Amino acid sequence: MKYFHLIWSNLMRRKLRTSLTLLSILVAFVLFAYLSAIREALVGGVEMAGANRLVVRHKVSIIQLLPESYKARMERIPGVDLATHQTWFGGIYQDPKNFFMQNPVIPEEFLAIHPEMVLAPEQKKAWLETRTGAIVGRSTANRFHWKIGDRVPIMSPIWGNRTWEFDLVGIFDGEKKSTDTTPLFFRYDYFDEVRKGLSWGVGQVGWYTIRVKDPARSAEVAKKIDEEFANSPAETKTEPEGAFVQGFANQIGNIAFIVGTILVAVFFTILLVTGNTMAQAVRERTGELGVLKAIGFTNGQVMGLVLAEACLLTVLGGALGLGIASFFISRGDPTGGMMPRFLFPTGDLCLGAALSLALGVATGIVPARQAMRLRVAEALRRM
Amino acid sequence: MSDNKANNGPLVRVDDVEKVFRRGSEDIHVLRGLNLQVAPGEFLALMGPSGSGKSTLLNLIGGLDHPTRGSVSIAGERVDQLSDREQAAWRARHIGFVFQLYNLMPMLTAERNVELPLLLTHLSRAERAKHVATALAAVGLEHRASHFPRTLSGGEQQRVGIARGIVTDPTLLLCDEPTGDLDRKSGDEILTLLQALNREQGKTIIMVTHDPHASARASRTVYLDKGQLSTEPVK
Repeated sequence: MKYFHLIWSNLMRRKLRTSLTLLSILVAFVLFAYLSAIREALVGGVEMAGANRLVVRHKVSIIQLLPESYKARMERIPGVDLATHQTWFGGIYQDPKNFFMQNPVIPEEFLAIHPEMVLAPEQKKAWLETRTGAIVGRSTANRFHWKIGDRVPIMSPIWGNRTWEFDLVGIFDGEKKSTDTTPLFFRYDYFDEVRKGLSWGVGQVGWYTIRVKDPARSAEVAKKIDEEFANSPAETKTEPEGAFVQGFANQIGNIAFIVGTILVAVFFTILLVTGNTMAQAVRERTGELGVLKAIGFTNGQVMGLVLAEACLLTVLGGALGLGIASFFISRGDPTGGMMPRFLFPTGDLCLGAALSLALGVATGIVPARQAMRLRVAEALRRM
Repeated sequence: MSDNKANNGPLVRVDDVEKVFRRGSEDIHVLRGLNLQVAPGEFLALMGPSGSGKSTLLNLIGGLDHPTRGSVSIAGERVDQLSDREQAAWRARHIGFVFQLYNLMPMLTAERNVELPLLLTHLSRAERAKHVATALAAVGLEHRASHFPRTLSGGEQQRVGIARGIVTDPTLLLCDEPTGDLDRKSGDEILTLLQALNREQGKTIIMVTHDPHASARASRTVYLDKGQLSTEPVK
């Protein structure tokens, strides 16, 4: 710590240059945090997917419906513990910008298969007793200031191009911070009854979620399900829930690759910018480094001072960038519902902190070695 | 100061030293079989024309460089046989440097500049502050402790440089043209200060200078020319 003042003073001697470099590092880490949050929003569900859950969809596409009658046949397949279904409702609340998912489900089965969605017992009871009842995740309830007892009108352009009204009977929380608490779920029996008047979709559902008895045998069960419906008008594709979520995200592209490529480009640029700043700083003070050596600083100590200066610069920039980004990301999804799981994972925060230190070492090591190798007598002549 | 006082022999002993620099394919003999002895408490002026090897000799005595041949002993210790790392530690304990261009860190205040050599010791912050205050008082600059070099005159900056050189109470103070960048009045003040350090505190000083006026303040003057020493001025 006794060298801190010396290191800090060196860093502050060219305030404009240091500030600009700091700013560029800060921006890089803000970008890092936001890209991490976007990646988490798009593919983070893969990690949260239940290990014991399979998703069965139409073999052609997720938008093709499956017969409701498949449920009973699936439940007869060995290894299947429970089968339930959801259907894409695609409704609009007041304005198309207010996006959030709403799906009709069978309440008991849905809650049994998704224990990560935590609902108070009295709210669950109310849902089972109210045909038009719906439950919504905490973040959407907060977003629209909904409370239990509210009547929520949702217009569905898919299902009858009409406004459906739901009685809000429950607000669920996520078991973990990363659990998606934006969707609204309502009762399938209500949905099925109302849609009977439509010319299409009757007796059909979007996709099935299967709970398997033994997660280790998931692949085997998935194969059996697809075999069961092979050569039928609605062939299925069964995959682990994680792969299903990944497939959804892959419609945009390989998110991890895109994010990774952008970050590599950004940090490579920062490496050059900061490296140049440090190299210039050391070149400018060759004589002063010579003085330090003359008064007794060892080569190792001089190298350490330069390296510490580079690390201080990048760690400071990284901490500011990560701190600012964390603050804004914690305020929630900036898209108004398109990215419900918009959060900066703790793991990525730690990675960012480590990256800032690594950046300091990478940018400081060359000038630090130059400083270390400096011959005292030669350096003093350059004062 | 304890080392040189305890030793009855010379504090500085340079024996048959040769220094050769290589420039391209050419060998440049800067020092040729040079011998020098400096007694404890002596104030030696080292004069000679530019390129005569004065600074090279000072660097060898100060453990900043190694001789090509010969030996350099300070207070009985063979400095030329130390590794770079050992030399650095030895310099921190035994040598105080005063440079022509003061060589202060521009971003540090006077007291922080003086404190620099003490960072290499195990002294506490309070103890370091005490030593710094003593050194600044010794050069008459205690009232300028919190000033940055750019706000000090050349003479004041050099006095800060001297305070930095003596703050660890070194065995030997090496001054490389300490008045070379100062006007006559400021130069005189610096020489008076060095003389006082030598006479009142018993500091052994070796001072490189071009200026006969400066060398007159020393207790002995030697002349260096073509890599060899003499007691007579170079013609």
